[in-house]
Amino acid sequence: MIHRQTLTQLAAGLRARKVSSVELVRAFLARIEASQPALNAFISVTAEQALAEAEAADRALAAGRGGALAGVPIGHKDLFCTAGVRTTCGSRMLENFVSPYDATVVARLKAAGAVVLGKLNMDEFAMGSSNETSYFGPVRNPWNTELVPGGSSGGSAAAVAARLLPAATATDTGGSIRQPAAFCGITGIKPTYGRVSRYGMIAFASSLDQGGVLAASAEDAARMLREMAGFDPRDSTSVDAPVPDYLAGLGAPLAGVRIGLVKEFLDKGLDPECERCVREALAVFERLGASLREVSLPSIPLSVPAYYVVAPAECSSNLARYDGVRFGHRCADARDLEDLYKRSRCEGFGAEVKRRIMTGTYVLSAGYYDAYYLKAQRVRRLIAGDFERAFGEVDLLMGPTTPTAAFALGAKTADPITMYLNDIYTISANLAGVPAMSVPCGFAAGLPVGLQIIGPHFAEQRLLHAAHRYQLETDWHLRLPERFA
Amino acid sequence: MALTRAQVENIAHLARLELQASEIPQFQLNLSRIVDFIGELERADTAGVSPMAHPLPGLAQRLRPDEVTERDEHELYQRNAPQVASGLYLVPKVIE
Repeated sequence: MIHRQTLTQLAAGLRARKVSSVELVRAFLARIEASQPALNAFISVTAEQALAEAEAADRALAAGRGGALAGVPIGHKDLFCTAGVRTTCGSRMLENFVSPYDATVVARLKAAGAVVLGKLNMDEFAMGSSNETSYFGPVRNPWNTELVPGGSSGGSAAAVAARLLPAATATDTGGSIRQPAAFCGITGIKPTYGRVSRYGMIAFASSLDQGGVLAASAEDAARMLREMAGFDPRDSTSVDAPVPDYLAGLGAPLAGVRIGLVKEFLDKGLDPECERCVREALAVFERLGASLREVSLPSIPLSVPAYYVVAPAECSSNLARYDGVRFGHRCADARDLEDLYKRSRCEGFGAEVKRRIMTGTYVLSAGYYDAYYLKAQRVRRLIAGDFERAFGEVDLLMGPTTPTAAFALGAKTADPITMYLNDIYTISANLAGVPAMSVPCGFAAGLPVGLQIIGPHFAEQRLLHAAHRYQLETDWHLRLPERFA
Repeated sequence: MALTRAQVENIAHLARLELQASEIPQFQLNLSRIVDFIGELERADTAGVSPMAHPLPGLAQRLRPDEVTERDEHELYQRNAPQVASGLYLVPKVIE
């Protein structure tokens, strides 16, 4: 049962030549093919290319060479540009777009020897919390295919949860790594803003977007992130700071670590069963020697409205590039240039993307800029200030990742606000730029629940260590959906 | 605050989106809900708080040396273009 091994075990097995990359790739490709009708986790499967890469990895390993992830199969969210491979961002707009270059994340993982099996389904342009806005159809949750996997990185999360892959890349603008990690019962990390290069990541909201990992465990996430993180001169917001070895010292004791439970996350929207799981997880951390106190971040309730000004404003600017001229969908028989722009964009974008572009256009338009956009940026500073104060008192903040476990397909598509409120606990970390994780911490009525762990800027190592220590004590992260066990 | 149909049409025009007449009522409803929702920000006391545009405090935007580092790859890039001739992107006639 090779798919049950973690990425860490698979990498060790490859290095010890107990298993070949070709064998692994064939096994996971077979799982992908079998799962696709039920889960729809992939937009493109690159089987031929993967087998060629696997053969090359096996040759490198046989010669005693190969990077840290030599021969390990992974997948990329279809928002990362991959040279010569279709990159759609879940949109009709980019249905036939073949990227001429690799995103930095893709190039780094390639250099580490990872073998790419395909491109993963996602909400269109990463705008959504259920993977239902994808032009390529919704992804379904491996725990129950009537339910959503979360979004926007729903394909990445479902694929890892069903062990179609040991790990996948993902991105998080308002919760798009953590929320699907929680819904699918896996581990996800959104690093500090600027930690992972955004070069070649198709832009949604440039001051919030951050690339990260979905994996089976904190140790696996650390192994991936170690290869992905670091300064990139091609991303002007990339931070030029050394990247610690996230694997060094994993499992260090938690004695003396101060944990703050975010009071505002225990609101009336929180499902009591999810709260129970989170409180049980906090008790584990206390048993391991951490101290626990409640911490208040009073501006947090304003994070969702602030986000739905800032993110759409940046989206409306970023998506202005889709004009039907240089790349992307073009309408037929345009009368003039304006008609070309308008119809190409209207045919190429789905309803949620249009809503966000229009919201952004509205808040940036004359007469509304101060009232909405500047106001939201002021509130953003209040929220960032809350985190800064909290991290003066505690080392880590914890709470639920989501108010409930996974919901049914179609349950929240009628009203956008209902969908937006799903990210109520995750959005504040993006506004403040701080790193955050989701770790499996139990089950509510048979569905996985996520514990969110948030740290100060550049404290990824602290998050990963705490999560790993917790995973040494618990086995929630090892539970698999029956159908894919 | 309910947005009027004319407001929604104007926003769509500014965003260069051609909405179908039948879609407009739905966008009007949803966008009005969103505008109400973000209107909650009004109640926040932000007196003396400066707007935050960058999530990392105290970092100045880095500048790079003004040197040519890219190769000319227009042929590669234009493979994704809907319509190209002689290395140029084609669009409908702009100047009569």
